[in-house]
Amino acid sequence: MSRSPRKAAGPGQDLRAIQRAFATGIMRPLTSGHQMQSKWVDGKSARKAAATFIKPNDRLSSFDRLEIYNKQYWFRLLDSLYEDFPGLRALIGNDRFHKMSIAYLSKYPSRTFSLRDLGDRMEKFLAKEPKWMRPNPKLALELVRFEWAHIVAFDGEALAPLEIDALLDGGDPAKLRLAFQPYITFLACDYPVDDFIISVRRREEPRGEASNAVTERAQRKSTKKLKLPKPEKIFLAVHRSENSVYYKRLEPEAYLICSALRKGQTLQTACERAFRLRKGDANFGATLQTWFAQWASFGWFCAA
Amino acid sequence: MPANRFNNFTNYGIGIGLRVPHYQHILSEKPTVSWFEIISENFMVDAGRPLHVLDQILEQYRVVQHGVAMYLGSTDGLNYEHLKKLKRLVRRTNTPWLSDHLCWGSVDGRYTHDLLPLPYTFAAATHVAQRIREVRDYLEVPILVENVSSYAEFHASEMTEWEFLSEVVEKADAGILLDVNNIYVSSQNHNFNPYDYLNHIPHDRVGQIHIAGHSKFEKYILDTHDHPVLDPVWKMYAHATKLTGATATLLEWDDRIPSFDEVHREALKAGKFCKDLANEPVAA
Repeated sequence: MSRSPRKAAGPGQDLRAIQRAFATGIMRPLTSGHQMQSKWVDGKSARKAAATFIKPNDRLSSFDRLEIYNKQYWFRLLDSLYEDFPGLRALIGNDRFHKMSIAYLSKYPSRTFSLRDLGDRMEKFLAKEPKWMRPNPKLALELVRFEWAHIVAFDGEALAPLEIDALLDGGDPAKLRLAFQPYITFLACDYPVDDFIISVRRREEPRGEASNAVTERAQRKSTKKLKLPKPEKIFLAVHRSENSVYYKRLEPEAYLICSALRKGQTLQTACERAFRLRKGDANFGATLQTWFAQWASFGWFCAA
Repeated sequence: MPANRFNNFTNYGIGIGLRVPHYQHILSEKPTVSWFEIISENFMVDAGRPLHVLDQILEQYRVVQHGVAMYLGSTDGLNYEHLKKLKRLVRRTNTPWLSDHLCWGSVDGRYTHDLLPLPYTFAAATHVAQRIREVRDYLEVPILVENVSSYAEFHASEMTEWEFLSEVVEKADAGILLDVNNIYVSSQNHNFNPYDYLNHIPHDRVGQIHIAGHSKFEKYILDTHDHPVLDPVWKMYAHATKLTGATATLLEWDDRIPSFDEVHREALKAGKFCKDLANEPVAA
């Protein structure tokens, strides 16, 4: 007695099983020709897998219908990373950035409702897979840190700012700890990443707001090779003022103080190292006062 | 007078989606607009320019919140961190109602950032309705659920999409944000008569209507929101408003966004249909 061919098992009526199967299909990377892969995750036919839970119609197979969502998923998420990391993209080139983004999203799919957070593990990813950054791994990592700092500065949390007098009034510098606004990032860089990003952004026109449906892969500009920055030690505060993001260069001692305070060191400890570096500078006390007054005027300090 | 118990804001008339390219024009020119619809998630941030702009808009205009990421049909537990942020925004905008989609978009903590279709089963309807009730209890604001456009159907489905929508809103005692363009798109993709959809939903639950443009491809239609509203959709809108009574209506234009004036002109075309209704009896 012959047995009829066994039908591939599908998710049946179970809602969670259907959603898992659907997500499995659409989150698989597209082929190099931007089509859905012919194999399912288990190595079997994707056409058969799609047919177990999606109905065909008179124009499209189950596979074709799932593929529409598969494309939408990748076009939307790749577009988002494309917008968020223009500096890294300019450095490693559009093609490698595209492949790297697919590898990144495959390893770290989105885990929040907001596309804003999509690149929050990019630095971690690149540190583990440095092949994407060759031949400029140091510059690439600095760009990623800097571009993520920009995102944080744009809409990161702001706490009630404290005035400098309120900060220091009656406080013992040996015990006093100052906190910076959560939206500020301090960076020590071996390249002038701020100048590089500004030049990258200047040559890119702003693109339209994304709709829910993405009709095709956005046209990528063929970017002429940018002149890469020469090594130069710089210190930066990526911050926000009047709702605009700014890149403020800091003197090395100022960076030292800010990063020490951010780590939770006391005011006295943070300043002592800076004083040691500026030994012989009789005016350093006044300089320090000016810095603190300026940082306070930017609203950088908040309650610890 | 409200057209129905989910439509207490008939006088809202025609609104426009608040979009980044129009910020400067709106803030400097202060055009006469009845209300703006915002995408909630764009403003569920901690601080910065988005909230600064929103506060300026709120000084001048009425704002209604529309969400794209509550994923009422997901099987993951409700994300209360998300809801907490949403509630903070609800308090800021004082939105008279809040809408999101009859869809899912995340599973096992992984987010697709898409509005994915549900299988139209009784079990799914019960599941979604329960979540809508929980969300409404937490947010303390009326909830409208919007029908999505779709490109796939499931073997598991036990009813039509309009039966499923009706089942969900009746079980949840929720309102409907009726997206006429989405009905048209899905009707073309799934071979059903869009007027069957319009005729068989509970009209007394429609609190808002969406209209938009779409793109035609060889074998399917995609809901792109990047064109003016097409004639078949205007005809459906006219039919829908006869069934629902005058209803707050919003034109969605999210990609290849033209000037504010062009979007505004397109949206105001909908006003003609509402005016025609003014002298007609209001639907029950």
